[in-house]
Amino acid sequence: MARRLPRRDVVIVGLGWTGSIVAYELARLGLDVVALERGPWRDTASDFNIGTAPDELRYAVRHDIFLRPKQETLTMRNNPSQTALPIRKWGSFLPGNGVGGAGLHWNGQTWRFLPDDFRIRSHMIERYGAGIMPEGNQIQDWPVSYDELEPHYDRFEQVAGISGKAGNIKGKIQPGGNPFEGARAREYPTPPLKQGYAQSLFTKAATDMGLHPFPRPSGNISAAYTNPYGCSMAPCTYCGFCEWFGCANYSKSSPQTCVLPALVREPSFEARTDCEVTKVNLSADGKMATGVTYVDASGEECEQLGDLVLVCAFSLFNVRLLLLSGIGKPYDPATGEGVVGRNYAYQTGSGASAFFEDAKFNPFAAAGSLGVALDDYNSDNFDHGPHGFVGGASITSAHTNGRPIRYHPVPPGTPAWGSAWKKAVKDTYQRVTYVGAQGSVMSYRNNYLDLDPTYKDPLGRPLMRMTFDYQPNEQKMANWMAERCQEIAKAMGANSTRLSRLGVPWSVVPYQTTHNTGGAVMGSDPNTSVLNRYLQSWDVPNVFVMGASAFPQNAGYNPTGTVGALTYWSLEAIFRYLKSPGALVPR
Amino acid sequence: MGPTDRSRGSTAFRQGTGPGATRRAFLLATAALLVTSKGVSARVVTKVLPWRPNEAYPVTPVVPGGYLFFTAREAAVVEAFAERLIPADELGPGAKQADVTTFIDRQLTGPYGGHDWLYMEGPFSKNPLPSQGLQSELTPRQQYRSGIAALEAYCKATFNRGFVELNAGEQDKLIAGLEKGEVQLPNFSGKMLFTAIYTNTVEGFFADPIYGGNRDMVGWKLVGFPGVRYDFRDVIDRPNQAYTLPPVSMQGRPAWGER
Repeated sequence: MARRLPRRDVVIVGLGWTGSIVAYELARLGLDVVALERGPWRDTASDFNIGTAPDELRYAVRHDIFLRPKQETLTMRNNPSQTALPIRKWGSFLPGNGVGGAGLHWNGQTWRFLPDDFRIRSHMIERYGAGIMPEGNQIQDWPVSYDELEPHYDRFEQVAGISGKAGNIKGKIQPGGNPFEGARAREYPTPPLKQGYAQSLFTKAATDMGLHPFPRPSGNISAAYTNPYGCSMAPCTYCGFCEWFGCANYSKSSPQTCVLPALVREPSFEARTDCEVTKVNLSADGKMATGVTYVDASGEECEQLGDLVLVCAFSLFNVRLLLLSGIGKPYDPATGEGVVGRNYAYQTGSGASAFFEDAKFNPFAAAGSLGVALDDYNSDNFDHGPHGFVGGASITSAHTNGRPIRYHPVPPGTPAWGSAWKKAVKDTYQRVTYVGAQGSVMSYRNNYLDLDPTYKDPLGRPLMRMTFDYQPNEQKMANWMAERCQEIAKAMGANSTRLSRLGVPWSVVPYQTTHNTGGAVMGSDPNTSVLNRYLQSWDVPNVFVMGASAFPQNAGYNPTGTVGALTYWSLEAIFRYLKSPGALVPR
Repeated sequence: MGPTDRSRGSTAFRQGTGPGATRRAFLLATAALLVTSKGVSARVVTKVLPWRPNEAYPVTPVVPGGYLFFTAREAAVVEAFAERLIPADELGPGAKQADVTTFIDRQLTGPYGGHDWLYMEGPFSKNPLPSQGLQSELTPRQQYRSGIAALEAYCKATFNRGFVELNAGEQDKLIAGLEKGEVQLPNFSGKMLFTAIYTNTVEGFFADPIYGGNRDMVGWKLVGFPGVRYDFRDVIDRPNQAYTLPPVSMQGRPAWGER
């Protein structure tokens, strides 16, 4: 029998970006807030000082700060006819663990999705006709518009201190920014990062081609900054240890840097770490949540009673918690019915390597979001008519690091070892750069999440099963983008180039991206969504689910900016809910 | 070790119990803890950041000398194999001089060697899809122990000599056969053995020297990686120019004094 703990106003599952933001905003109203985090406490001064932080083997290779598959993993297959097997070792994506979550180890690329992205289904059919929609797709419009989210994007950027250059302020196009972006209320809080040699070549080549390059918005910040919560950040030193690392400089936007220092001072807030929530508990009629059950570090089961349950874990684990708690009907691809697990999506990666005869790119002088991007081929910023695919990609010239265990590129045709390999490694390190396309992934009937029938976690609960592959639409899109990247690489003056097409079938082995989206999507129809437009469960109105699990499909950008905006958007609705509890949208 | 020191925590990275025990004692001494009938069960953080200096878990520097996992013969095989993968040549030292063998030995004695952090529950499929990645139940320790024995048995049967006694040309040909899956070792996947030694050799050549390999930062000097200086604002301000300062590791560099 689980030990019952006294009720709190708010119980938060997971203390990453979304959990820490909602905890702070609700605790400062005076509500009793408890956050349950299954990993350890982590903060900059304690865990990420300069003497230990820049350790490639420990963090990027052995995955010291990540969720250990032994504790929880997923099973995986490419299509429903196959037998899923456990992801025994992380590869394609790398979920975080502990306080800060993915906000601790991310690169910091902080985008707003484009206005068309939010009504992609309607927009594409209006412009091209229904024939352009790919086979088996379940693409749906978001239940919220860019204009509605704009103040919330702004809020997140202000809290995170994002460095960038506006391209469109209140409808007026700004030189040097992204002319395709939706109208913004104001400039970024801090100016863009400095760029490296490769980015200057890219900027010139792209501009000469009539494209529109701009410095990509960065959560590795360029200047000292104090955010609206009173938390201070310091300028990035281009150390090249961002993605998969904690930042020792207080330069990377993270819950640790931007929220926790303010949050822990709120007397009505409490964090409990090493506590894994196993279930959201429901009332006898299943219509209200009564709190959560968790297992603490000693293995004791506790029941934390609460009035409002905010599910703020990583997107994949939000979906699993809903499935294990019986909140929402599980999706069944055979019938197309059910919603939980539906519309899982991901991200494409393709591009071109550019080898130069003589260059010193100094790839180690870098930051996770350093880079110059262009959106000429993203969303519907170009005519899709001749191409026959839906979606697009942001194209970027970037160096995020030069850490040599994982970064020692060689030209095509080089042997994998021996003196010839060694010579190529030495000769190439300074002379190669990459133009990459990060593309959208649409939602499809057979890309989904459910519970695995065979494999269990250490607590005996079924692992979640991921059924996913890149569909022909995404392959066509990503491979077309790779050619665009190659054109730019050639125009930069590369001596030779190598095209990187989208790898199919999707494999768990090489690292690709931790942009796992969907599975608990927001929508305007309860038959095709788990959450209403405020991230509130259609079925259990005192449960809200934050994070990228709410995306109906994924756009050609990193998700965190939109995750942050949705969090503040939902918070505004939660404030209304607190005054008058109940469904915010009638079912 | 205390209840928080397990797979969900981060303290198990280092080998041995000393440093973890120190951390544990520290936690008990300073953090608020939720105490139940079963004892300490959760770390509670409220009202103040639980910050103390020097709390970060440093790695324990590897002290070279002898082997903790390998037998002398196994170490000799790994050393000879790794030296063919990254040979000493006119461009500088190879895997042997970088002491990659000590690196691999110490890695195998830690959590990596037992796949301690990975999902190792059955059933193990006999015919996984390539896209499903690692599906073997063999840990790195088992792979090295059985794989090297199989390699030695193969060399004895084929050449009537051990791997170490083959000349460089014979070793290269054999390694290429393992890499391509063309050489069948007795009761062990040659490709699996190649992949293990290859992966760990590259790691040991380029990892921070604190782990026992990359001695004198020879791997970093080869490519021109300046190490853990943690501040390259000067480099960003001077695009397309050579970086000339010597590399620095987590323990500094030799010119800063003998260790």
